[in-house]
Amino acid sequence: MMDGVVDRLMVLLILSDVALLGMSRLGAVIGLAALQGALLGGLALSASGETSRAVLLAAVGLSVRGLLFPWLLRRTARRAGVQRDLEPFVGYALSLLIGIVMLGASMALGARLPLGRAGVSNLVVPAALFTMFTGVFLIVARRKALTQCVGYLVLENGIYGFGAASVGEIPLLVELGALLDLFVAVLVMGVAVYRITAEFDHMDTQRLDALRG
Amino acid sequence: MTTALLDFLTALALAPLLPGVIARVKALFAGRQGPPLLQAYFDLCKLLRKSGVYSTATTWIFRAGPIVACASVVAALALTPAAGRTALISFPADFVLLAYLLACGRFFTVLAALDTGSSFEGMGASREVHYAALGEPALLLGLLALARQTGTMSLPSLLGRASPLAPEAALVGAALFIVLLCENARIPFDDPNTHLELTMIHEAMVLDHGGVDLALIHYGSWLKLWLWSALLAGVLMPVALKTIVTPVPLVGVTGVLAVALGIGVVESCIARLRLLRVPHLLATALALAAVAFILGVR
Repeated sequence: MMDGVVDRLMVLLILSDVALLGMSRLGAVIGLAALQGALLGGLALSASGETSRAVLLAAVGLSVRGLLFPWLLRRTARRAGVQRDLEPFVGYALSLLIGIVMLGASMALGARLPLGRAGVSNLVVPAALFTMFTGVFLIVARRKALTQCVGYLVLENGIYGFGAASVGEIPLLVELGALLDLFVAVLVMGVAVYRITAEFDHMDTQRLDALRG
Repeated sequence: MTTALLDFLTALALAPLLPGVIARVKALFAGRQGPPLLQAYFDLCKLLRKSGVYSTATTWIFRAGPIVACASVVAALALTPAAGRTALISFPADFVLLAYLLACGRFFTVLAALDTGSSFEGMGASREVHYAALGEPALLLGLLALARQTGTMSLPSLLGRASPLAPEAALVGAALFIVLLCENARIPFDDPNTHLELTMIHEAMVLDHGGVDLALIHYGSWLKLWLWSALLAGVLMPVALKTIVTPVPLVGVTGVLAVALGIGVVESCIARLRLLRVPHLLATALALAAVAFILGVR
């Protein structure tokens, strides 16, 4: 029964990745990254049992990934006045097709990598790999600095899922340290994006290339 | 066999009811009274009494188009089981034939449209083929995913055993619903009520048909809507419901009508997409079907 729950969580994670690849609205993209945080909190809980430590970690992770980050990113988006990532480097329909290929690749990889612990659904490793691929793809293929920031978050979500699948109990200090790192990164990125928009009236990273001189 | 024949004849008789149901649901949402439920039958009678008008520029292809289109949908309907029951004809991998029968009908509609030499119909034909090329892989991938999940290859057993509680079947259901809306020219893709507008797809192809030909085309498209609704109902109806009520006749009809209600609700709630966004939505359907397939192969 537990395995069924994890399976469904992982299917939802895969679907949220697919949606991330196909969506242009920044608000929705940020919301999806937050949803992934919630799904991973559920995964961590069901993977390590309901000890008080696990519950605490899941709660902290959930509130940071699911509430704090979206709030920070949304605030930046609002202050920068952007709503969509128009004209990405790779179009949305093509992104979806590439996503299918990435999913197939992560399924094939996940079947070969003997990383998943015994007793954990065999969907966790492929789903985590796919989430990592999606994050990297978002960073590479999108134009707006804010979407790239979300891509970074998604990448981190994948790494976290990977850790939960292969290690199970992540030491408290490591977990909190990673969250703190992430928090600082998102905060700095938010400030940087805001500064970029304030200075140049856009956050198009492509056009930043031409600034040297 | 007799139940399958009964289902088949029911589909032939009741298919024109579907546009009426959808129109009624839309009218309900808009606070209007709406056309009578049987409006499609009246239209059919009216058209059957008229004789066709044929341009001298057209050849026999123009006349053959509606007949082949309607006949291929009837043949495809014989392969389609009403939720959880047997189909009139079934053999392993019959869904491939189903997809190709639908494609055959489309091919002749497109040929007939091109045969008129009208640039407008050519545009409609081009769009129809473009979207079909995106929708067909989604249909086949989705049905393959179900075949993989249920471990069977023929449509009746495949739909009979598909459980919507399994993620694969739910995903395939979502993908099929999107493709259904596209294939049957429903709202996010095409507005069946608009005429003479630059963005229309299906209607643009049949502008030069009239009389009995137009009646055949309309009847064929309603049958196609019935077929797709039956497929979708088969995927989404819970297994328990399928096994309990299988002996009861008209179960398939309820499923199909439920899908029609769903279409009406969707049509009332969203506006038509910009033409350029259509491939994106179809790519989403393809992605959903592919995810279901990959999950099944795992």
